[in-house]
Amino acid sequence: MKFLSFFISRLGKALVVVLGVVIINFFMIRLAPGDPAAVLAGQAGAGDPTYVASLRAEFGLDQPLLTQLWLYLKGVFQLDLGFSYRNHVPVLDLILERLPATFLLMSCAFLFSIVFGVLLGVIAARARYSNKRRWIDSSVMTGALLLYATPLFWLSLMGILLFSVLLGWLPAFGMETVGANLAGWARVQDIATHLILPTVTLGCFFMAVYVRLTRASMLEVIGMDFVKTARAKGVSPNRVIRTHVLRNALLPVVTFAGIQLGQMAGGAVLTETVFAWPGIGRLMFDALLQRDYQLLLGIFLVTSVMVVVFNLLTDLLYRLIDPRIAAGAQEASA
Amino acid sequence: MKPFLKRYMRNYGAVAGLAVMLVVVAIALAAPLLYPESPWMMVADPLIKPFVDPAYPFGTDMLGRDITAGLVWGARVSLLVGLLSTGVALVFGILVGAVAGYCGGRIDDALMRFTEFFQTIPQLAMAVVLVAVLSPSVYSIMGAIALVSWPPAARLVRSEFMTLKQREFVQAAIVIGQTPSRIVCTQILPNAMSPIIVSASFMVATAILTESSLSFLGLGDRNLMSWGFMIGAARTMIREAWWMSVWPGVAILLTVLAINLIGEGLNDALNPQLRKRGE
Amino acid sequence: MDDNTPLLSVRNLTIALPAGGDRRYAVRDISYDVRAGEILCIVGESGSGKSMSANAIMGLLPDYLAPQGGQILLRGTDLLQQDEARLQAMRGKDMAMIFQEPLSALNPLMTVGEQIAEVMRVHNAYPGQARARRVLELLEFVGLPDPATLYHVYPFRLSGGQRQRVMIAMALALEPSLLIADEPTTALDVTTQAQILALIARIQKEKGMGVMFVTHDFGVVAEIAHRVAVMERGELVEQGPAEQILNAPRHPYTRRLIAAVPRRRADADSAADSAPPVLDVRNLSKTYVTGRGWLGQKRIVRAVDDVSFTVRRGQTLGIVGESGSGKSTIGKCLLKLIGINGGQLIFDGQDIAGLSESQFRPLRKDIQMIFQDPFASLNPRHTVGRIISDGPVASGQSRAQAEARARELLGLVGLDASAFDRYPNQFSGGQRQRIGIARALALEPKILVADESVSALDVSVQAQVLQLLHQLQQQLQIALIFITHDLRVAAQVCHAVLVMHQGKVVEYGSPGQIFDQPRHAYTQKLIAAVPGQHWDPPAEPPPEPAI
Repeated sequence: MKFLSFFISRLGKALVVVLGVVIINFFMIRLAPGDPAAVLAGQAGAGDPTYVASLRAEFGLDQPLLTQLWLYLKGVFQLDLGFSYRNHVPVLDLILERLPATFLLMSCAFLFSIVFGVLLGVIAARARYSNKRRWIDSSVMTGALLLYATPLFWLSLMGILLFSVLLGWLPAFGMETVGANLAGWARVQDIATHLILPTVTLGCFFMAVYVRLTRASMLEVIGMDFVKTARAKGVSPNRVIRTHVLRNALLPVVTFAGIQLGQMAGGAVLTETVFAWPGIGRLMFDALLQRDYQLLLGIFLVTSVMVVVFNLLTDLLYRLIDPRIAAGAQEASA
Repeated sequence: MKPFLKRYMRNYGAVAGLAVMLVVVAIALAAPLLYPESPWMMVADPLIKPFVDPAYPFGTDMLGRDITAGLVWGARVSLLVGLLSTGVALVFGILVGAVAGYCGGRIDDALMRFTEFFQTIPQLAMAVVLVAVLSPSVYSIMGAIALVSWPPAARLVRSEFMTLKQREFVQAAIVIGQTPSRIVCTQILPNAMSPIIVSASFMVATAILTESSLSFLGLGDRNLMSWGFMIGAARTMIREAWWMSVWPGVAILLTVLAINLIGEGLNDALNPQLRKRGE
Repeated sequence: MDDNTPLLSVRNLTIALPAGGDRRYAVRDISYDVRAGEILCIVGESGSGKSMSANAIMGLLPDYLAPQGGQILLRGTDLLQQDEARLQAMRGKDMAMIFQEPLSALNPLMTVGEQIAEVMRVHNAYPGQARARRVLELLEFVGLPDPATLYHVYPFRLSGGQRQRVMIAMALALEPSLLIADEPTTALDVTTQAQILALIARIQKEKGMGVMFVTHDFGVVAEIAHRVAVMERGELVEQGPAEQILNAPRHPYTRRLIAAVPRRRADADSAADSAPPVLDVRNLSKTYVTGRGWLGQKRIVRAVDDVSFTVRRGQTLGIVGESGSGKSTIGKCLLKLIGINGGQLIFDGQDIAGLSESQFRPLRKDIQMIFQDPFASLNPRHTVGRIISDGPVASGQSRAQAEARARELLGLVGLDASAFDRYPNQFSGGQRQRIGIARALALEPKILVADESVSALDVSVQAQVLQLLHQLQQQLQIALIFITHDLRVAAQVCHAVLVMHQGKVVEYGSPGQIFDQPRHAYTQKLIAAVPGQHWDPPAEPPPEPAI
């Protein structure tokens, strides 16, 4: 029952954040220079006076602010995120069409960054702890430092330059080979080859973050008293790392993963733009070029919701793996 | 001061970072002297390869613009945006964090909800939307970056203040009768500065990366040549003119790397007692 | 095996410190024996290196502290010559160790049963069902209730004393012949400490183990030791049977240490009872409410529950209790560092309990505090002179006046005048406490609250600071409220003692009466738990003859 109340309170918080984003969107339109109706119509639609007038009516732009807000909220909760004049489709439809591609890319990049990040972090920490082969630790940390300082979009471009232009091993853009019309297993393979470069370049930056975090967390845990207790019991160094250090060290990584997701969503915009990956990040770039503000804000809202949902999931996951949180962590006194 | 400098100098990476940054700052300051004409001017044949013509060491782009001039002027934009936006974010973050950390209770709760909200929203997406809506200019860029980077500063300051407030020397200050404002200014803040300074350096690095991302997406100030813009313009020419996208990226990489190294050097030098065996 | 051969023999052990330390060797040329069926106590102050040899025996020294010479013979095998694999096989099986901080010594993500079973697992002992049975057996042996449920419990649910019992169970699992205990009761309450000491003594007798017990507390030594070894700055200065070391110490350092052990004063001033009252506390209450927002249950903790007492000029009132008794909370309430939920604080005829912070601030100079942690109670970025003069400046004096007074005070507390311009990190713990005392006195207070002010100090330094406080009280006729968990200290310095338990006052009286005729059941329990009751530390040694 306690888990349910925890879940409900977290859900409540998540909904408040989403509501906040919606309200921000509302005020953004009014912040833009010029007539809000023209802004909502976008660059393409602004030339069509009937369209602009219909927008003025639909969003109640002549009415008091609170009524406008109410109309806007009503629209959003009815899942009406507006209309893209340029593309002649409702914004939500456009977003839903592109969402799976982004989802695929982000999940793969996320897994890549966490798996390799934690792995390399553990390897670096072990090398440092046992004081043998310290060069492993130094090289991993230097590599992480370099990746951490590299602009994401540039890394993607360099990836294309090396693996596509110079070596010709991997495709340079898109999710599937144009005009190939493959099906079944062949299609999956095609997508997979196109997925490699975007996943690795998007994942590398965050991998660097996880390497540093995991290493620092592990070295901190290794210094803790209960590790000494384990050694005093005769536990082998391997088992100490595996059973005692790792579980405790990964707790902060889980928390951090939730936060990183928000940054990765932004990173997806850059990666998808460079690789012409047909996801909502690319869609955002197009919306920017076309000055299609309704589409832009709709994408922003959907991205925020995605991040909020992921944060909620990591919160729940953290609660499941740390028994102290579940009990409300009332530390007994001596 | 002296022991701090000595500790800093012991870290070779930090010293290297400092050297690189001094070069970058020097170049940025000397830009009008080195290249008095605007980097937007088309000065030569298009697509000259790098290291071929000594007048254009890094080559030219597809419109005949001097890439070296672009690199030099781009340094100004990166540093300007990085430093100013971080400054604004810090001021706001310190205010929010200090009040939340010192006052505690309901004020702290409310401020933390506010901060968490801004931290949950995807940062780059927010910056993109903000700059797009406000029309791209160096001011909207700085404002957008400041808006998305203040939450971590606020959280840091808050946690420092909360820890320090419980320290016995702060309690002693209350006991001997100092007023709260005096306590915050003379007792708490000086002891909180070290992590804030270290955090500030990392914030500058992140700000530079964000600025270059925004310029890459076409949201840069149209009048200012930025490294990110150069890479964005080079995208379509990647097969024919690889050098157009490589050099600006290397410039960003070196600058951000240098700042990160300085940050880590500052961290080690300011907190020597925290250097455990594992660090 | 010959009964006379010691179980453990440390011979000429030397461990070097890395360059830049305060001395060249952590321990130098130390030798001692532990026999089966015997408890050896290694005593020393902080920095004496007493834990070093313990860690060296187990092979748990950090890399930068390698033994440079000597032997450690456990039943004839030189542990310093063994490789890591062999040592690993011996740890937990032939020799076991328990540590100081029970709250952090257990893996928070593994259940208690799993952690005890792990010892057997890594040594391949008690396979199958026998393992779980053995765990339950051990839990019962160390006196933990309901072993079957406890097996599946996570450490955070247990108290410090209970966790220490789990540690002992882990250490005993494979019945090692040597048990090393590194200050295992230092972090525990007096009553819990008594239970753990009794447990260790019982185990040692029943199993015939050799026990090496490291401690700084002579009371503990008096309670359980058969033999004692005294260490000072890395050297072993004296060792021998407990009765001899405790009652007729030979080495000057040992004699100084034992002389510094707090003891009851024969001449408790009773005249102080007629002195005018300075502070009258009536029905003081402080409650904490913890609970989660709108969906959680609230817990109400009465930290201070209807407490009343009076403090008089020139008198020292001791407030003693264990952790959670509310004694420190009272201190914070008196200084108005935390809010009060009920009651009155009558100071100089005025009730200060209800005053707001800005109303109270001008009165603060009359009530001052000396804090517990010498390393955290001074702002590391201010000079000593500034720290002491800040108080008078805050109450309106000019900076010049305040600084002159600060220099005076440095002399009064026994510090060199040059300390004025130096920073706290250049001083030792005892010296920093003196600075803290000077800071408190700078405002010429009528009441001084000392909240565990000597608890973090070594026993010899503690004796000096207590002496200083006594002197100052005589001179300035200040009322002193001395909050402590150490009953011996309270007996030495206080005119009257207040015993606290779970927020309430359970007894009040003179030290003589509290110690000899405790009335309340809890006080009786508390007094009985003080280790080394039967031991009467020898009196001050005669002054050293001039050389």
